[in-house]
Amino acid sequence: MGRITLDKVRKAFGDIEVIPPLDLTIEDGEFVVFVGPSGCGKSTLLRLIAGLEDVSGGQIRIDREDATNLPPAKRGLAMVFQSYALYPHMSVRKNIAFPMKMAGLPQDEQERRIEGAAKALNLTDYLDRKPGQLSGGQRQRVAIGRAIVREPAAFLFDEPLSNLDAALRVGMRLEISELHKRLATTMIYVTHDQVEAMTMADKIVVLRAGNIEQVGSPLELYNRPRNVFVAGFIGSPKMNLITGAEAAKHGATTIGIRPEHLAISTEGGAWKGEIGVSEHLGSDTFFHVTVDGWDEPLTVRASGEVSLSYGDTVWLTPNEANLHRFDAEGLRIA
Amino acid sequence: MATKHSRMSARLMISPAVLLLLGWMLIPLSMTLYFSFLRYNLLMPGMEEFTGLTNYRYFLTDPAFFAALWNTIALVVGVLVVTVIGGILLALLLDQPFFGQGIVRILVIAPFFVMPTVSALVWKNMFMNPVNGLFAHAAKALGLQPFDFLSAAPLGSIIGIVSWQWLPFATLILLTALQSLDQEQLEAAEMDGAPWIKRFFYIMLPHLARAITVVILIQTIFLLSVFAEILVTTNGGPGTASTNLTYLIYMQSLLQFDVGGGSAGGVVAIILANIVAIFLMRMIGKNLDA
Amino acid sequence: MARSVSTRRKLITTLAAWAIGIAIFFPILWTILTSFKTEAAAIADPPVWFNFHWTLDNYVTVQERSNYFRHFMNSVIISGGSTLLGLIIAVPAAWSMAFVPAKRTKDVLMWMLSTKMLPPVGVLVPIYLLFRDLGLLDTRIGLVIVLTLINLPIIVWMLYTYFKEIPGEILEAARMDGASLRSEIIHVLTPMAIPGMASTVLLNIILAWNEAFWTLNLTAAKAAPLTAFIASYSSPEGLFYAKLSAASTMAIAPILIMGWFSQKQLVRGLTFGAVK
Repeated sequence: MGRITLDKVRKAFGDIEVIPPLDLTIEDGEFVVFVGPSGCGKSTLLRLIAGLEDVSGGQIRIDREDATNLPPAKRGLAMVFQSYALYPHMSVRKNIAFPMKMAGLPQDEQERRIEGAAKALNLTDYLDRKPGQLSGGQRQRVAIGRAIVREPAAFLFDEPLSNLDAALRVGMRLEISELHKRLATTMIYVTHDQVEAMTMADKIVVLRAGNIEQVGSPLELYNRPRNVFVAGFIGSPKMNLITGAEAAKHGATTIGIRPEHLAISTEGGAWKGEIGVSEHLGSDTFFHVTVDGWDEPLTVRASGEVSLSYGDTVWLTPNEANLHRFDAEGLRIA
Repeated sequence: MATKHSRMSARLMISPAVLLLLGWMLIPLSMTLYFSFLRYNLLMPGMEEFTGLTNYRYFLTDPAFFAALWNTIALVVGVLVVTVIGGILLALLLDQPFFGQGIVRILVIAPFFVMPTVSALVWKNMFMNPVNGLFAHAAKALGLQPFDFLSAAPLGSIIGIVSWQWLPFATLILLTALQSLDQEQLEAAEMDGAPWIKRFFYIMLPHLARAITVVILIQTIFLLSVFAEILVTTNGGPGTASTNLTYLIYMQSLLQFDVGGGSAGGVVAIILANIVAIFLMRMIGKNLDA
Repeated sequence: MARSVSTRRKLITTLAAWAIGIAIFFPILWTILTSFKTEAAAIADPPVWFNFHWTLDNYVTVQERSNYFRHFMNSVIISGGSTLLGLIIAVPAAWSMAFVPAKRTKDVLMWMLSTKMLPPVGVLVPIYLLFRDLGLLDTRIGLVIVLTLINLPIIVWMLYTYFKEIPGEILEAARMDGASLRSEIIHVLTPMAIPGMASTVLLNIILAWNEAFWTLNLTAAKAAPLTAFIASYSSPEGLFYAKLSAASTMAIAPILIMGWFSQKQLVRGLTFGAVK
């Protein structure tokens, strides 16, 4: 079981409060992603759950039990670090065996679990190597293997993919999702990459300056961002945010429209503009369009290959149903 | 990691080292300071009395002090010039690709590991001796008059010996610094059309500046205290021709048993060394942040 | 980077580098050669290079006449003892400074370093008198104490810079994996710290072995290590070059070999981490 409850958890370093009192419930078996820009407190929050930092106030419960003052080892959690944190002087086998050795598991049980983890993670051929002789992706897998064998109540991942190159990252992302489906254990995953958050999470927690901005499923966040910050953070490319007279026309301070919800036409439409840079991805084409009289160019997605060139005049029309409206405080107008 | 319990035990673990060093610094220092105001000679026990600044007046007006101060400066500056310039040139040479780099490196570093008394005695007898030394043999072979290094140019000879000991240190540090220079910087400069000499002055030398400063400061600390080399070669002579401050204070304290005068000299030496130390500490302190 | 250097240029560099390397090493080489000569051959003019009668007599004489072995053991005990003692005091200090840094950790480190800047001659008189009154003059234990204190800042500093390089995440990982403080130190920290500790030990043995201010001033015949023993050759008695060379060779050989192994750490240790 791995239900984790944070009750008014607070963290201050000296006089600086990095996490104001915060409530959060993570259900058993859920894949929760903490996402936010760097410095938003997401890693600190994870470390509080892990027990690597002391809370300044509030309570952390793991499966109904108060774990606030338990040392990390006693919480029954496993963590995968950004730097992998493999023990450089131990072979892969010994690295994976370490938590079991600490727990005093019988030798044959250790062997069995190592074999199992190695097979699941494609590490069987590398068990006798040292971490220094492995590639980044392999090291990552060893770190995950070390976490799996403990059979923890929950896995904690601290930006585990940020040291990998783009192609490997996509592969590992799938492997971790796959692992979650198979083990059905609670996972808490910290990242600054909203694509990782969208693709992996059951539940996303968007953080900014230690505050929870919104909690919800990826689609909830995509369809109904609670405020301007979440609207701008979730989705790629970013939502276009428009202020001023055009927003006032819709009875809002800011309006937002995603690139995929703008129609582009050479004949006529709501907003007249001029094509700037275009990015051709094959499946999609993104145009950066400067609308007459507006400072910020809008990003527009067109399906497939569309032949428009730099300097062409175009008209954009927003899909009214997908228009997001925000008030002066940046909050969503329902 | 920062839990209260670990902070407590951390303080406990540092204390032995801190207390020992504190004692090592404070007890003798305050004794030196105290003695420096006393008339205190080991040959006349029981005659100690407070004399105010008399010891300082005697020490600072003694012509030997000025000779020693001058010799100290000459020794430090002389060795620094030789080792820094020599070290840069050697580092540049050893940084080039050539056969047997590892072995040559070992040969060049070796003098640093020779204890001061051995290197001083070897140079004094087997090289600089006017009758049996190798230099004398060489001079005779060339039909020249052998040169009596340690009598005719005592300070210069000691500078030579000490430079030989410290050249490896300068070379090794400058070579390490040179090897940490980003090759892409040099390649960029080359693409920009800078010839070798300009690349040296505009890129390598500024990159080495920090290492050179470190070499100068650390060597200065050690060179201010050169002792064994003087003791076994010239005994500070002839006259005071090769007496440095350290040796002068040693003579006054342990050969003339003048505790008061020696202590006053010690205080002066500490002040001089501290002036250098302040600069060194700043350099290292800055590095701690980086 | 795949640019080939012309063979001609490489040959010229090789020639120059070897010539200079040999010139710098020459005094040591000459000392070693001379130690195998007879006294007459040692001062022969023109000098003899390799074609002399090789003999081990000098080594035998040095040992017989002056009990070389005792001074050698003094050096071993003094340098080894002071390094060991220093390590025992410094490891906990450096460990806590590296892993539980406090606000004042940096100041403490800088202050420790500043004690190293104290010119030894400034405290020669009080130390000499204290040693005289405590009966520590010319004892090994006295020198062990002084050299421990002198090198303690360097030991703390070197260990600190090595410990600092052990990533904190690894220790956290060990904690997450259920390791107690004891097993964290035994299974994770110590194996990772051993290379750094080894080079610290090596450099400090070298420094203590060659220390020649306190060893000269605080010893007479009994506890004199090799630095002081060799100094007794400064007043020549008859033909003595070959014997001086033999004694010198024995005094520098062990440390020369250790030194060559510790080249890299040497830079770091002596610059307090300012150059790596």
